[in-house]
Amino acid sequence: MSKIMLKIDVSPREKEKPLISNLILAASLLAGLAAIGVVFLAKGVNPFFAIYKIFSGSFGSIYGFKETVTKSIPLILIAAGLTVAYRGKFWNIGAESQLLAGSAAATWIALTWGAALPGWTAIFLMFSGGFIAGALWGIIPAIMRVRFGINEVISTLMLNYIGAEFIKMLVIGPWKGKTQFGFPYTDDFPETAQLALLGNSRIHYVTLIIALLASVLVYALLFRTRFGYEVRVIGENQEAARYAGIDFYKTTIIIMIISGGLAGLAGVGEVAGLHHHLTYPDSISSGYGFTAIIVAWLSRLNPITAIISGLFFAGILVGGDAIQISLNLPAATVNIFNGVILVFLIMGEFFQKNRVAIKLQGAKWNR
Amino acid sequence: MRKINDLEMRGITKSFHGFYANKDINLKISSGEVLGLLGENGAGKTTLMNILYGLYRPDEGQIIINSDEVRIKTPKDSMRAGIGMIHQHFMLVQNHTVAENIALGLDDVPFFFPDRYIRERISGFSEKFDMKINPDKKIWELSAGEQQRVEILKALFLEADLLIMDEPTSVLTPQESGELFDIIRKMAHDGHSIILISHKLDEIMDICSRVAVIRKGVTVGGADIGDVDKKELARMMVGRDVDLKFDKVPLERGERVLEVKKLIVNGDRGNTAVNSLSFSVYRNEVFGIAGVSGNGQRELVEAITGLRRSSSGEIILENEALTNKSARIVNTRGITHVPEERMKFGIVPNLFIYENAILKKHHSKPFSRLMFLDYDLIKNHTENIVERYNISTPSINLPIKSLSGGNIQKLIIGREIESKPALLVASHPTYGLDIGATEYIRRQILARREEGGGVLLVSEDLDELFEICDRIAVIFKGEFMGILKAGDADIKDIGLMMTGSLKLPAQTEAAEENK
Repeated sequence: MSKIMLKIDVSPREKEKPLISNLILAASLLAGLAAIGVVFLAKGVNPFFAIYKIFSGSFGSIYGFKETVTKSIPLILIAAGLTVAYRGKFWNIGAESQLLAGSAAATWIALTWGAALPGWTAIFLMFSGGFIAGALWGIIPAIMRVRFGINEVISTLMLNYIGAEFIKMLVIGPWKGKTQFGFPYTDDFPETAQLALLGNSRIHYVTLIIALLASVLVYALLFRTRFGYEVRVIGENQEAARYAGIDFYKTTIIIMIISGGLAGLAGVGEVAGLHHHLTYPDSISSGYGFTAIIVAWLSRLNPITAIISGLFFAGILVGGDAIQISLNLPAATVNIFNGVILVFLIMGEFFQKNRVAIKLQGAKWNR
Repeated sequence: MRKINDLEMRGITKSFHGFYANKDINLKISSGEVLGLLGENGAGKTTLMNILYGLYRPDEGQIIINSDEVRIKTPKDSMRAGIGMIHQHFMLVQNHTVAENIALGLDDVPFFFPDRYIRERISGFSEKFDMKINPDKKIWELSAGEQQRVEILKALFLEADLLIMDEPTSVLTPQESGELFDIIRKMAHDGHSIILISHKLDEIMDICSRVAVIRKGVTVGGADIGDVDKKELARMMVGRDVDLKFDKVPLERGERVLEVKKLIVNGDRGNTAVNSLSFSVYRNEVFGIAGVSGNGQRELVEAITGLRRSSSGEIILENEALTNKSARIVNTRGITHVPEERMKFGIVPNLFIYENAILKKHHSKPFSRLMFLDYDLIKNHTENIVERYNISTPSINLPIKSLSGGNIQKLIIGREIESKPALLVASHPTYGLDIGATEYIRRQILARREEGGGVLLVSEDLDELFEICDRIAVIFKGEFMGILKAGDADIKDIGLMMTGSLKLPAQTEAAEENK
C-alpha cells in the first residue's frame, strides 16, 4: 500500500543568493499588496484601481512626483540613521520624537537669532542645533540601555509620547506665537531662517542634499570604517564583541548620536522648509519616524537602497492622500498599507533565511 | 517479555540536499550486546541514530525488530518499540525533582500516590543496576553524572530494551565514566542492548562487545572488539594512519611570561569561582589546566583575558600588571585567546571570513588607519591565514558560517597565533572537532611553544593534555589540586584530583623555580 503524503520541510539556507533574496523581497511586496487589496475590497473599492490610483497619484504626474520627493526627504534621512542603529541591533523606535527634538531646537534658534544672522549662518546653526537636539534625545535611551539594562524598544517608544506632549505644551504655552491669532503655532521663522524651495515645488533641496549625502556617508561609515565594523560585530554577535574588546558603552552612544541626530536633521528640514513654524507634532511629521522603520527594513539595512525605498514609501504617503480624496477612503488606509507591508516584509525574512520545500513523501519509503 | 531480541537496520539511506549523510548502512544488534558506533564528527552516526529514534525518516531502508519490519515515524513509535535515547544534552527540567522529571514522560502513572509508585520503581532499578540516585533532589543540585542517570531511568521507565547513548562520557569525570560503564555492563548482562556513539577509542575498547565504524555516511568496518586494536580502529575511522602521540620536542622552559598571584574571581552568581590561585606560565611551555567544566576554568580564563574583573589578586604579564585591564589592552600587550564555544564567542557568523580574520586586531594598525579600515590589506592578510593554516574555503568573500567547525577553528587559531603573542590562552580548542582538525590544531599549539611563546591550555580532554602539555594543573572548585609534570601524571591520580578526592601538597613557587 502506498500512501502519498505532503510534507513541508523547512531547513536553514546555507547561502543567501542575491537573486533568490530579491525574488523573495518582490514576492513579499506583492503578497502585501494582495493583502491590502482585501482591505480595499472590504471597503467596496476595486483593489487594482485603488493601487493604480496610489501609484499614479505619487509617480504618475509631475506635481505628484514633486510631493513624493518632498516627503521622501525625512524618510531617507531617518532611515539612514535607523540603519546604523539596527545594524548594531539597537532597536530605535523613537525617531519620531528625535525628529521633533530637532525641529524644536531649529525653531528656538530661528526665533531667537534667525533675524539677526545672515541667511546661511542661521540655517547652518539650525541644522547643527537640530542634530544635537535629536542626538541628545536619542542618547537618553542609549544610556538607559547600557547603564541600567532598560529595553530600548520600550524607552524609545515611550519617549515619543513624552516628546510629542512636550512640543504640544510648548506651542500652546510659552512658545505660542503672538502673531498667530491664537492658533497653536509659534511665530513664523524670519526669512533668513527659511529654506529655499526648488522651483514651484515644496522640495527644500538643501535638506534633500543633506539626506543623500547622509546616506552615502552612513554607507561608508558602516562598511569602510572601524566604527562601522564594531557596530556590525555588536549587532551580529554581542558575545564576540565583548571578546574582541569592543567598547559597548561608547559604541552604543555614538550609534544613537548618529541615529537621533539624523532624525533631528529631518525635523529641521520639515519646520524650516515647509511649515516655517513649530506646531502640533501630528502636523510636523506624518509618522515619518515610524514609516522610516519600514523604509530601512525594506532596504535590508542598506542606506543607499534606502533612498529608493524611501521614495517608494513617500509615494505611498502621497498616493494615500490622493485616494483619500478621490476614492473617499479613510485616512487610516495609508497606515494600514504601511503596516501590512511591514508585516509581509518581516514574514519574507523567514523565507530568506530558510528553505521551505513541499515534498511528496512515501513513494520509496513505504513501498 | 522482552520487546527487542534482535534489531537490524538494513540499507538505510538518508540524504540532505543531495548530500548523503547515510548511504546503504547496515547495522545489527542483539540482546545483551554493547555496540560501539564509531566515527568522526559529521560521519553520520547521529543521523543514523536519529533515524532509529524516529527524529528523521530515511529515504530508503528498513528497520527490523525480531524479524518483523517496523515503521518508526516519530520518537513515540520508537519508544513503543522499546528504543530509548540518552542525548548528549540532557532534556530535564532543572527546577523539578528527579521523581517529577521521570513522571513527566509517563502515561501510566497511577492517579493516587504517584510518588510512591515512582519511588518504588526507582529503587528497584537502582538496586538492579547499582545506580545511586535520590529521587527528591532537584535536577540542578545533581552532577552531570547523576543527571545522566536520571535520563537512563527515564528510558528504563518506558521499558526501553535498546538504549542509544550519544557521547555519554563527554560531560563526565573519569570516575563517573567508570560508574557509567559499570551500569552499562549490568544492563547488558540483564539483556538490554546498548548502542554507544563515541569517537573515543579507549571507551569503545573498554566497554563494547562489537564496533561499527562509519566514515562519510558509509559503514567502513565492523568487528568484534577482541579482533581489533586501537590503531586499526583509528585508521578505519579517519581512513589513514593517525598519530596518537605527538613527538613533542623536549624544550627547556624559558622566561616567565605570565604570573598569577592569589587571584580571586567571582562567578556569575557571585560565588567564588576562582579561589586564590597562584601559578606561572613560562616561554616554551604549554601549561594545561585539567578539570571538569564548571570548576572555575571559564572565570580564570576570562579574568586573564580581560573579560571579567577579579576581586583580588594580581595578573602580571612580563613584569607588567594587567589585573582588571580591558580585553583590548590585554590583547595589545600580548595575550591572545582562543575562546571556548567558538561559534558564540570567537566569530561573527554572518560577517565575511576576512572580517572575522581581524576581529580584535581591527582597531589597530595596520588594518585601521585614522578611522578607516584598509580592506585590501585585510583581504591579503586573510588570504595568508587561509593559505598558511590550511583552511579550505572556495573564497574569503563568504560569511564565515559557511565554513565547517574545523575550518572556523583553524581560522581562529591562525588569527590568534599570527601576531606571535607572548601568551596564547586556548580554551577547549579541539572540542567537537574531527581527528584531522584536532591533530592540526594541537600541532599549531606545539609550534607556538617551539617558537618561544607560552601557552595556557584549558581542556577537558585528558588525552589532549597529556599529549601537548609540559605541566598540568588540576582545578577543582576554583583551586588547584596539584600541578603535575607531564611525565609523572598518571590517569588514576588525575581522575581523583578532578573530583576533589585528592590534593597534592602545594609546592611553593620557590621550589618550582629550583626545578
